[in-house]
Amino acid sequence: MDAAKLEAILARFEGRPDELIPILHEIQAEYRYLPKEELKEVAKRLGVPQTQVFSVATFYKGFSLTPLGEHQVRVCQGTACHLEGSERLTEAVSRRLGIDVGQTTPDGRISLEKVKCLGKCGEAPLVMVDEEFYGCTGVDRLAKIIKPLRKK
Amino acid sequence: MSETEFPMILRRLGTVDPESLEAYAAQGGYEALRQALTKMTPAKVLAAVEKSGLRGRGGGGFPTGRKWRLCREAAGSPKYLICNGSEGDPGAFLDRALMEGDPHAIVEGMIIGAYAIGATHGFIYVGLEYPLAVQRLGRAVTQAREQGFLGKKILGKNFSFDLTVRRGAGAYVCGEETALINFIEGSIGEPRNRPPYPPQKGLWGRPTIINNVETWANVPVIIAKGADWFANIGTEKSKGTKVFSLAGAVKNTRLVEVPMGTPLRRIIYDLGGGIKQDREFKAVLTSGPGGGLLPAQFLDMPVEFETFAAAGGNLGSGSMVVMDSRACMVDVARYFLNFSFEESCGKCTPCREGTRQMRAVLDEITLGRGQEEHLGLLQELGTVMQDASICGLGQSAPNPVLTALKYFREEFEAHVREKKCPALVCRPLLKYTVDPETCTGCLACLRECQVGAITGVFEEPLEIDQELCVKCGMCYEVCRFDAVKVES
Repeated sequence: MDAAKLEAILARFEGRPDELIPILHEIQAEYRYLPKEELKEVAKRLGVPQTQVFSVATFYKGFSLTPLGEHQVRVCQGTACHLEGSERLTEAVSRRLGIDVGQTTPDGRISLEKVKCLGKCGEAPLVMVDEEFYGCTGVDRLAKIIKPLRKK
Repeated sequence: MSETEFPMILRRLGTVDPESLEAYAAQGGYEALRQALTKMTPAKVLAAVEKSGLRGRGGGGFPTGRKWRLCREAAGSPKYLICNGSEGDPGAFLDRALMEGDPHAIVEGMIIGAYAIGATHGFIYVGLEYPLAVQRLGRAVTQAREQGFLGKKILGKNFSFDLTVRRGAGAYVCGEETALINFIEGSIGEPRNRPPYPPQKGLWGRPTIINNVETWANVPVIIAKGADWFANIGTEKSKGTKVFSLAGAVKNTRLVEVPMGTPLRRIIYDLGGGIKQDREFKAVLTSGPGGGLLPAQFLDMPVEFETFAAAGGNLGSGSMVVMDSRACMVDVARYFLNFSFEESCGKCTPCREGTRQMRAVLDEITLGRGQEEHLGLLQELGTVMQDASICGLGQSAPNPVLTALKYFREEFEAHVREKKCPALVCRPLLKYTVDPETCTGCLACLRECQVGAITGVFEEPLEIDQELCVKCGMCYEVCRFDAVKVES
């Protein structure tokens, strides 16, 4: 466990139990997942049972117990996107990356996720790569979007 | 601008710098707060909100003033406020637009609310997917604090209130008020049994008011313009305006704000510009997975809490997704049920198992294995879920299915009896073929086919082996010459 890294995060909080979720957000942003030892330490410091920390860490989709890839590919599953074929689009992305939804490529570069709605329904179907949106994405446009992610 | 529109909540969007308190103040911002604190007692503010007839914009439509009074009169302190900026409904982006585009209006509404109710602290909950809204609201709160609108002795009055912005962690159910309370306390977002209701016992067991983003944004307008002015807009039971995020098969995907009582047709055709490529309107669904699929016969229905409820829908949060003839109602019903299944927290059996079983039945129907008794089973499961689930998610999850069964029964029957999908959506019921006349033999589809069902050579018409075809539709998707044909 990198104690200094965790201390830097905890120093930004007062140590109240209701700060658990904001603290987990910071750890997730810093490590790209929630490491087990760090979670145990957080439980101790906030005076919250480990069971609660782990139940929170596994209940919410924004947290992951395994490391996510350097790039996040998110395929929107909102209603407008569904009507424009997001299911097929998701399968096509999954096939091109060689991973299922919820997985990360073995080289640790790319993770694939489904998201409920990105709120940009005018551009359905939508793919989001990290902070970038790709609207009106047909299957034939995927190669161009995915290729740069594989490069170092 | 069309006469149908009435931009009251949206009036500053795009014209005000959302990162500047001065810009908000220059357009009359924080005047309502000043007026409330210097010219009105808390009881008078509360009376104004009651008189305005404002009802909760998050879906329930509960009278805001009545809720506030319950909290104000409840024993226990401190009292808390929460702004529900969860907006998890797919197709909804109005709260996001408000939080990102006019954050001070929400902050001002909450400060006025705190004054009326006697609350000392508030939380603004923002969905995980909206990082920019978290940032903008955070900045607005800091600026308001610097100006003395938040903190101790606000505007020199014996009134103290402060706000904390909390980013969601990815759970749709946190849009439900008691699940949201659990989230803020640092637990998993499971709803609580009611009573007690949050205005009596909410956050940390204290009286708590939870209103959604749009409701809070209405509060400064009521104070600034007066309760009578506000109550003159809308219908007898639904006052003010409603913001909708219009999406789907309409020409213009956009935000609209109309007086309550405006007919759906004017929203979809005047403001939405009608259906893309002038196809036929098929259905409209408001409120996401808890809404109803309403057919053309409801186009002249006025937008009001009661009319939507009577039609089997839900005015809800304000997402409005329009569907044309290309949408299959069985598939859409399955889509929403699957959404609710994935988002069910699992606490109560009717919702956890009900969504699972309803989805299984809908899967059977869309896979071409539907049976006549499935339709009655869906009806029965849906009714039990409505009656017995402990929170709004489970109670409203069957709505898309039950309304689809009611208004589009013939489509279910086509799937079950003839094993056909008239809208050409449900995969196992489709047949893909290549039209040799238009096929250029470019091989794009052959490369895309995962199962090797497409055979042929370059620049010669290709063929699809029906035995091998899994009907994924990728060939149809990648064909640039419309040479792949689909039928059911």
